[in-house]
Amino acid sequence: MAYRLRDKSGRGHNEKSKAVKDNRPVNLDIGTIKLPITAYASILHRISGIAIFVGMAVLLCLLDSSLESAESFNTVKTTLADNFLLKLIVWLVLCGFIYHTCAGVKHLIMDLGIGETLEGGKKGATIVFAVSPVLMLLAGIWIW
Amino acid sequence: MVTQVTSFGRSGLSDWLLQRFTAVILLAYFVFIVGFMICNPAMSFDTWKGLFDTTWMAAFTSLTLFAVVAHAWIGLWSVSTDYMTTRTMGDKATVIRMTFQATYSLILFYYLVWGFKILWS
Ligand code: HEM
Repeated sequence: MAYRLRDKSGRGHNEKSKAVKDNRPVNLDIGTIKLPITAYASILHRISGIAIFVGMAVLLCLLDSSLESAESFNTVKTTLADNFLLKLIVWLVLCGFIYHTCAGVKHLIMDLGIGETLEGGKKGATIVFAVSPVLMLLAGIWIW
Repeated sequence: MVTQVTSFGRSGLSDWLLQRFTAVILLAYFVFIVGFMICNPAMSFDTWKGLFDTTWMAAFTSLTLFAVVAHAWIGLWSVSTDYMTTRTMGDKATVIRMTFQATYSLILFYYLVWGFKILWS
């Protein structure tokens, strides 16, 4: 990291650094930094991971009712066929799953040592951004 | 700096590996379920219930539930130790982070019990 961490009071993050002349500019305002595509891929992986953690509650609810009895199974089935809100929620959870899975598979491939370069990382992120919208669209068509 | 005591496997390396193993299990389950639904477009209760009544499917689903707990624990732990730090939140950071970690642990435990109840009772 080229810049030094500082808290709001302007103190150096590391107290020992006070001894060092401390007047270099600090920029930790991430909104003003142009991020590379890999950064967007990464933060979306994080956000989608948290989203599925929440979405799990919906999925477990659906699994619960679908296995309870034939009647409740049919209620789930017809609600999923008619209710826009439920369709939307299920689709959003699926979208989170699709993105997280695509980016996750990319992660695993890179962990195997494939494409572990700056160029490879950019290419991987581009592929993830190309493939996941297609899968999300297909999931949408499937649900509606 | 945040210490390691609340990580899942007590070591960064074991957490890292476990997150990869569980990712593969989750991926397999996800692909299987979607595949099964696509192969059975007009799913009936009997087909669906029949699938979950087999021992292997109940076992596969249970394994997946354990995988979710470990995977999400490690994942959310990473998130909490990245953002809920003394640098970003000051002195209250530790209390906030511990509360967050206790909350997701309880929710994950609840998911596990709920899932097991659906499957085995
Ligand atoms: C129930 C489903 C899932 C949940 C709740 C979940 C949740 C999470 C969370 C919260 C993170 C942390 C993100 C971060 O540290 O930035 C994470 C990381 C990860 N997930 Fe998932 N995930 C799920 C399924 C999957 C699947 C199906 C894959 C597939 C291949 C996967 C692959 C990964 C990988 C490789 C990481 C590590 C990323 C890293 O080290 O930076 N996950 N997951």
